[in-house]
Amino acid sequence: MRNITKTFGTITANKNVDLDIYRGEILSLLGENGSGKTTLMNMLSGIYFPDEGEIYIDGEPVVISSPKVASDLGIGMIHQHFKLVNVFTAAQNIILGIDQDSEDGKKIKGFSKLDVEKASKKIREICDLYGFDVDPDQKVYDMSVSQKQTVEIVKVLYKGADILILDEPTAVLTPQETEKLFAVLRNMREDGKTVVIITHKLHEVEAISDKVAILRKGEYIGTLITKETNAQEMTNMMVGREVKLNIDRPEPHDVKPRIKVKGLTVRSEDGLLKLDDVSFTANTGEVLGIAGISGCGQKELLEAIAGLQPIEKGEILYVEDDGTETNLAELSDLEIDAKGVSLAFVPEDRLGMGLVASMDLVDNMMLRSFRRKGKIVGFTDRKTPRDLAEKVVEELEVVTPSLETPVRRLSGGNVQKVLVGREIAMNPTVLMSAYAVRGLDINASYIIYDLVNQQKERGVAVIFVGEDLDVLLELSDRILVLCGGKVSGIVDGRTADKNGVGLLMTKLGGEANG
Amino acid sequence: MFSLVTFLPRAIVQSIPLLLGCVGETLNEKSGSLNLGIPGVMYVGAICGVIGSFMYENSGGPFNPVIGVIIPIITCMLGALMMGLIFCFLTVTLRANQNVTGLAMTTFGVGFGNFFGGSIIKLTGAEVPSITLSATSKAFKTTLPFAGKAGVVGELLFSYSFMTYVAIIIAILTAYMLNKTRTGLELRAVGENPATADAAGININRYKYFSICIGCMIAGIGGLFYVLDYANGVWSNDAFGDRGWLAIALVIFSIWRPNWAIWESILFGGLYILYLYIPTGTNFAMKEIYKMLPYLVTIIMLIAISLRNKHENQPPEALGLPYFREDR
Amino acid sequence: MDKKTKEPLIHITKRKMIPKKQEWAIRLGGILAALIFCAIITTITTHLNPLAVYAKMFEGSFGSPRKLWALLKELASLLLIAVALAPAFKMKFWNLGGGGQVMAGVLATTAVMITMTGKLPSVAIMLLSCVAALAAGALWAFIPAFCRAKWNTNETLFTLMMNYVATQIVAYFIIIWENPKGAGKIGVINQTTRIGWLPTIANNPYMLIVIVSVIVTIFMYIYLKYTKHGYELSVVGESENTARYVGINVSKVIIRTLVLCGLICGLTGWLLVAGTDHTMTTTIEGGKGFLGVMVAWLAHFNPIGMILSGLLMVFMAKGGSEISMAFGLNRSYGDILTGIILFFVIGSEFFINYQIHFRKSHRKEAADV
Repeated sequence: MRNITKTFGTITANKNVDLDIYRGEILSLLGENGSGKTTLMNMLSGIYFPDEGEIYIDGEPVVISSPKVASDLGIGMIHQHFKLVNVFTAAQNIILGIDQDSEDGKKIKGFSKLDVEKASKKIREICDLYGFDVDPDQKVYDMSVSQKQTVEIVKVLYKGADILILDEPTAVLTPQETEKLFAVLRNMREDGKTVVIITHKLHEVEAISDKVAILRKGEYIGTLITKETNAQEMTNMMVGREVKLNIDRPEPHDVKPRIKVKGLTVRSEDGLLKLDDVSFTANTGEVLGIAGISGCGQKELLEAIAGLQPIEKGEILYVEDDGTETNLAELSDLEIDAKGVSLAFVPEDRLGMGLVASMDLVDNMMLRSFRRKGKIVGFTDRKTPRDLAEKVVEELEVVTPSLETPVRRLSGGNVQKVLVGREIAMNPTVLMSAYAVRGLDINASYIIYDLVNQQKERGVAVIFVGEDLDVLLELSDRILVLCGGKVSGIVDGRTADKNGVGLLMTKLGGEANG
Repeated sequence: MFSLVTFLPRAIVQSIPLLLGCVGETLNEKSGSLNLGIPGVMYVGAICGVIGSFMYENSGGPFNPVIGVIIPIITCMLGALMMGLIFCFLTVTLRANQNVTGLAMTTFGVGFGNFFGGSIIKLTGAEVPSITLSATSKAFKTTLPFAGKAGVVGELLFSYSFMTYVAIIIAILTAYMLNKTRTGLELRAVGENPATADAAGININRYKYFSICIGCMIAGIGGLFYVLDYANGVWSNDAFGDRGWLAIALVIFSIWRPNWAIWESILFGGLYILYLYIPTGTNFAMKEIYKMLPYLVTIIMLIAISLRNKHENQPPEALGLPYFREDR
Repeated sequence: MDKKTKEPLIHITKRKMIPKKQEWAIRLGGILAALIFCAIITTITTHLNPLAVYAKMFEGSFGSPRKLWALLKELASLLLIAVALAPAFKMKFWNLGGGGQVMAGVLATTAVMITMTGKLPSVAIMLLSCVAALAAGALWAFIPAFCRAKWNTNETLFTLMMNYVATQIVAYFIIIWENPKGAGKIGVINQTTRIGWLPTIANNPYMLIVIVSVIVTIFMYIYLKYTKHGYELSVVGESENTARYVGINVSKVIIRTLVLCGLICGLTGWLLVAGTDHTMTTTIEGGKGFLGVMVAWLAHFNPIGMILSGLLMVFMAKGGSEISMAFGLNRSYGDILTGIILFFVIGSEFFINYQIHFRKSHRKEAADV
C-alpha cells in the first residue's frame, strides 16, 4: 500500500500511509483507538475507496473498488461488527456472494437450485481441518458472539482467501477462545496464508505476530520484527513518546461512602448474565477506576447505577451526607432525579446516547435541563442552555463554528468536551464516565483528566471506566477490576502494578500462574 | 344459497390481480424497498396494455389472437418498467425517501392511467365512459383445452383463463427463486442487511434495480389482468379502485411468501365479493363491511407478527432504509 | 492495465454543511427543471403551447375571488393534515394514516349531526360533534401508536391499512343513512334547518377553515420549536437511546404525539363536514392524507414551509382541473404534472445531502459539483 490517504469530511483518517505485507506471516497492526487501523484495512477490503494512493498485490497495481474485487484478489476481512444476516443459517451466510461451485469451480447459475448440502460438507471439512465448531444449519440469531466470529472466519476461508484481516478479534472473546483463535491463525500461517490482525493489546502482538506495523493518528510509523522488539519500544512508537503520563492525582480528602453496591446482578435482554454478584463502595472525593477487557459488564454496571438497566438482584445504596441511605435499585432514573440525587453519566456511546448528533450545542445542553421549570409552563427555556453552551465552549476550549452547529460535525474530542461539560454542569454528587478519553488526542485527554480531578476535589464520587491501564493506574485512587461480570479484585491505584491488574482482568482473582 | 362452485371461480378471478401485485411488491420489499407506488404501477401497467391493444384492435388488419395477447403484455410491461425505473433512480441512485417517492408514484400513476384512459374514451366517442376491448379480452381469456370436460372438479380447477395459471406459476417461481436459488439468497441478503451483502461482494444497486423493475412489471401485468380478464376488456377510469393497496396488504398477510400469497389472495378476493354470495346479499351496507375485512385481517396479522417476534416472519430488516456504503 | 477504465468514474460522498440559501436554490432549481420538463411533455402529448397552459393554470387558481377561495379552502384542509402529520414524521413515525384519521372525524361529526338533530339544540350539536370528531381522530391514531410503542409493530403499514378500514366504515354508514333512500349517498345534512352547521364568518363559508388552519399551523410551529413536548419528540426521533438516557418515556411520547396528530385530523374532518361540505362521502378527504405526507416532507416538517409546499400542490390540482376544462384535456392531467414535479423535487434532495466527485480521468481537472 503506497501513499494512502482517506478523509471523512474534516477528519483525516489516514495520511500518506505506506505498508508492506508479506506472504505467510502474521502481521499485527498496532495503534491506539482512532489511529486509522480499521479505516486502512477497510480500504484493502474494498469497503472504502482511498482518496489518494495505490495498492499493489504481488507487485501488480490493483484498484479495489468494491468488496467483490477484494474477495477476488483473495482478501477477506473479519469486521468488528459482524457482517452476517440474522435470519440466515451459518451455511447460507457463508456461501453468500459466491458464484463458483465449491468443487469444480464452475460458475453457479443464479437461478439454478442452491446446493446448501454441498456447501455444508465443505464447511464441515474446513471446520475439521482447523478445529472449528460450526453447525451449518444453525441460524445466526441463535448464535453466541464467538460462534458468530467463527462463522465469519469460516466464511473467509471458504472463499479461499489468502490474506485474512481480523479487526480486533479478541475484544469479544474469553481467554480460552482467544487461545483457540490464535492456534487457528498459526495453522493458517503454516498454510502460507497472510494474516493481518488489528489490535491495541501489546501482549497479543507478542503472542501471535511475526511482525508488527504501527500507526499513529492516521500515519504509518514503522514496522518491527516482533521477536526483536519489546513492549516498551512498541508503546513508544504507538504513543509517540515515552509514556510518562504524569496525570495529577491529588490526595483524596474527606473520604466517606457515597454509593454502596451490594450483590448486584444484571441480565441482558436475551438472558445472558452480565453482572454477577458485584459489590463495592464508591467514596466521595475519590476516583474509583474500573478496569476489565471490554464487554465484562462495565456498561451494565454504570447503567444499572444510573437507573437505566433493569436489575435482577442486589442493592445500590446512595449515602447522603447525613448518612441516610436510599436504595437506587428500586427507582427509575426519573425517580432518582426527583430524589435530588445528582448522578452525572458520560456514556460510552457519545453521539448515540449521550448527545443527539443532529442537534446543535444549545439543544444538546438542554437534554439534561429541559424538564426544569421554565418561565412559561410547558415551554423550553433556551436562555440557560445557551449560556451553558457558551460557558462550556469557552472554558473547555471547544472548537466549533458556532453554537448552532450540529454536534455531529464536531471532532471526537470536542464532542466529548461538550458532553462532559454538560454533565459536570449538573453539579453532580456522583460522576460516572465510560471510556471518557477514547479516540481523544493527548491534549483533550488531559483536559478530561483535569476535569475529573476537579470533581474529585469538590468531593464528588467519581467512577471512571477506562481501557488504558496506564491511565487508570495514574488517575485512580482505587481500581475495581471486572472479569466476566464478576469483581476480580479491588486494588489501590498507588501501589498496584500493571501486570497485577492485567492478570486480574484476564483471570478471576488473578491467582493463577502469577 | 351459498354455492362454492359459483363462488370460488369468481373469487379466484378476483384474486389474480392482487396476487400479481403482491408478488411484485414482495420482490420490491425483499430487496429492502417499501414501494408504495405499486398501486400507481398497476394503473400504468393496465393503461399501457390497454393502449397497446386498443391500437392493435383499431389498426384495421385482421385480429390475430396470439399477437393480440402479446402486444398488450409488452406495452404493459414497458409502462410498468418505466415506473420501476423512476422508483429505482430516485430511491436507489439518489437515495430519496421511499415512502414519499412511492406516494408520488401512486399520484402520478393513477393520474397517468385516468388521463390516457380518458383520452382514449374521448377518441372513441362512445356514449359510456369506458373502452371495450372485446377481441383482446376474448383472446386473453382463452382457457385450457381440456377445461369443461372434467365435471365439477374441472370447473373449479381448469375453467380459468391461461393468464390465471401464468400468474400462479409466476408466484411459485418467485417463491422458489427467493428461497432456493443463489439469486434469491443474495436478494434477501440485500434486503436484510445490505452492508453484509456489500461486503460479500454482491452488487447492491444491481439487485435493487432488477428486483424493483421486475417486481413492477409483474405488478403491472396484475393491472392488465384486471382490465382484460376480470373486467372483460372494459376500461373505465378509477374502476381498478384500491386493489393496489390491497396487494400491499397481501404482502404482509402472506408474511413475504409469494407461495402463501396464492391461497391468501383467493381469500382476499373471496372476502371482497363475499357479500354477493351470502344470504344478506341484498344488504348493500354489509358489502362495505366485507370489503373492509382484508384490511382488518392484515392489521391483525401485522400485530400478530410483531407480538410473536419470530425472526423468520419479520419484515426484511433493512426495509425502507437507503443504503450508502460510506455512511459512518 | 488502463487505469481510467478501472477506477470508478463517479464517487459520491456525504455533504458537509450547506448554506441554507444554496439549499433553497437547489430545491427551486428542481421545481424549475420540473416545470420545463412538464412544458415539454405538454407540448408533445397535447400539442398545446405550454406557456398558455401554465397561464391558464394560474388563472384557474387565482383568477377570480371565487376560485381563490376554493383554492384557499383546499389549501387549508391540506395544510391542516400536513401540519398534523409533521410531529409524527419529526419523531420518525411514518403516519400514512392521516386520511383515515380525517375520515374518523368526518364519520363522528356526521353521526352526531344525523342522530342528534331534533334532540339537541344546534349549538350543542356543534360542540358535541366537535368533541366526537376529535375523539374519533385521536382514537384512530392511538391504535397504531399504541401497538408501535408496545410491540414495535410496523407503523407505516399499520396506518396505511387503517385508512381503508375507516373508508369502508364510512361507506357502510353512507348506505345506512342514505338520503333519499336508494340514492347511495347522503345528501346535504339539514339543508333547510342548518342545524349543526358551523357559522359562516364574514358571509364566507370557507373563512372558518382558513382561519383555523392558520391558527393550527402557528400553534404547531411553536409546539415543535419552543415547547418541551416538541423538544422531546425530536430527541425521540433522532435517537431513542438518547431519549431513554435522559429519562424520556419513549412510549409515552410516541402515543402522545400521535394522539395530537389524530386530534388535528379529527378537527379537519369536523370542519369539512360541519363547516364546508355538510355531507359525508368516501372521497371527502380526497387523497389529502397522502398528499399531506408529501407536503410535510417537502417542507422538511416545518409548518411555515408547508404553506408554500401545500400551495404548490393545490395549485397543481386546481390548475389541472382548470386546463382540463379550457383545453378539453382530462382532469387527471394535473395529477401527472404533480407527479413529475414531485419526482424532480424528491430527486433534488440528493444534491443537498450528497456531493458528486468525478474521478480524475483523462480530463486533467476533477470537477466538483
